[in-house]
Amino acid sequence: MYEFLKDLDKRWIFLLMFLSVTIPIYIIAKTGKSFPEVPTVLSEAVFQAVEDLDEGDPVLLSFDFDPASEGELGPMATAFVRHCAEKKVKMYFMALWPVGPQMIDDAIARVIHSDFPHLVYGMDYVNMGFKPGNEGVIKVIVTDMRELYTTDDIGTSIDDIPMMKDIENVQDFDLVINVSAGYAGTKEWVQYASTPYPDKIKIVAGCTGVQAPLLYPYIPNQLPGLLGAIKGAAEYEKLVVDKYGGDDPDPKYLEAKRRMGPQLVAHLLIILLIILANYIYFVERRRGVSV
Amino acid sequence: MRREALISTSLLVLGALYLTGRVFFSEHGMGKAYVRAVEVKSLETDPEISWTKYENATQRSYHDAVVKDPDQAVYQFSLSRTLGTWVAALFTLFILSFLYKDNPLYKIAESVVVGVSAAYWMVVAFWTTIVPNLLGKLSPDWIKSWAMPGLNTEAEFIYLVPLTMGVMLLWRLAPKGSWISRWPLAFIIGTTAGIRLIGFLHADFLGQIRNTIIPLVVSSPETGFSFWDSVKNIIIIIGVLSAIVYFFFSIEHKGFVGKTAKLGIWFLMITFGAAFGYTVMGRIALLAIRVEFLLNDWLWLIDPSHARVLM
Repeated sequence: MYEFLKDLDKRWIFLLMFLSVTIPIYIIAKTGKSFPEVPTVLSEAVFQAVEDLDEGDPVLLSFDFDPASEGELGPMATAFVRHCAEKKVKMYFMALWPVGPQMIDDAIARVIHSDFPHLVYGMDYVNMGFKPGNEGVIKVIVTDMRELYTTDDIGTSIDDIPMMKDIENVQDFDLVINVSAGYAGTKEWVQYASTPYPDKIKIVAGCTGVQAPLLYPYIPNQLPGLLGAIKGAAEYEKLVVDKYGGDDPDPKYLEAKRRMGPQLVAHLLIILLIILANYIYFVERRRGVSV
Repeated sequence: MRREALISTSLLVLGALYLTGRVFFSEHGMGKAYVRAVEVKSLETDPEISWTKYENATQRSYHDAVVKDPDQAVYQFSLSRTLGTWVAALFTLFILSFLYKDNPLYKIAESVVVGVSAAYWMVVAFWTTIVPNLLGKLSPDWIKSWAMPGLNTEAEFIYLVPLTMGVMLLWRLAPKGSWISRWPLAFIIGTTAGIRLIGFLHADFLGQIRNTIIPLVVSSPETGFSFWDSVKNIIIIIGVLSAIVYFFFSIEHKGFVGKTAKLGIWFLMITFGAAFGYTVMGRIALLAIRVEFLLNDWLWLIDPSHARVLM
């Protein structure tokens, strides 16, 4: 056993990892079954922040991610848009990442155009597009939106968009929802929006797994709710689907829940590999082999 | 032929045969993409502007629309997006092939990604920075006439300053006077440092001190004493203090200080472990979405979203 493991080609581990992800995806897709999710306090806080909104309240959704992190953040973005649409709030989309507008278009097409076709562009939702400048953009729009946003994503003057009439700056939004894959993202929104204006700007966020540990110190004062990685997305999906999904929820609103299956199997494999690696380490140490 | 080359060639041939069979001889094919034509109207009425935008659609919605009305033009087969799906799938396989060993296919995919990204960034920077933020501020009427019909601002000649600084920045490419580029560079570094310093000072330094000033015993008139909230707060305070002691090198880490520093190391290790765990979760999610793309969007072997008929 030791001899076999000691010289094991790492490509076998890659193959095992590939299978541990592929087989659950295949089985879950074929059977339509997924693992149960129990929402944590942080996911419930995010859900509650949206639930507390009233019909017509303005909500800013900043989609600061790209296709590289779509697997983790796409389901969150879908769930956020769906939840906001169910609550009938006004949605203002923006992006600090250059490909963010494509992510916004994708979420709008997937949720609003297909399931909420009665929502009107310019009245119920607007896509303000990407602005370069990272935290500089946040720093400006917390006091003056029109300094940077003179038109929406398709070139319409901001003054011709009815739902922009009452919006001067970010402080006018009842909630800021940020879906973040890194810089610029949730950290910058906390630093330049919610921290300087704690009574006027409330932010909840969904982020990648890599970012999540860096954002926990901001909870709960500077960041009341956070969805960490695909697990957070699955929990939030469950909360939204439980309340608004009906008896036969659309599978597109259960993407994150489905992706928790490969997570479970792959994590079990990693735990097994860590145990085996430690076994090799201790056997070699007992035998006096330098490691 | 070496054994390894024979195996990889055989696998490639088998894969190609399987794909050919699935594309040409199966009932439904694979890797096809469909779009829905959506009319987009600018909210401006003078002049009225509208155009057609193509959004991703499912094979099921295309099928249903054709059954309902064979002459409909809203849902269409998209050759360009089908090619895109195939290129994305093949490049995913090319990149994954690096796990076996470095090879020319991986190099091709890597080079294309680098080249396309650079070009994409250049185009995006032109249309989102140069056009609206510089030219649009200096000559709004001109930009309105050909690029941004909704632009309704007055000319702001203060933007001549960034234009001049931009030219100075590019001066480093000139054979003489490259030192000129140092001035705008110094301005950029200075302003960025200033903005970021304030952000970190306010949100991280002061904010984190404030977040650590919390009661050790949590109780309220409504809910009474809360044991677990008290434990949570005590752990936060012990963790913060012991981790700070670990980074305090003015006193030798011996005795009580040494033990506290050791406790700080434990807290740090647990933090790193949690961060590593989250990173692993993120990376597995990335692999899962690629596999799901290959099986679902490309090979049409699974259909978790019920997006297709004839499966």
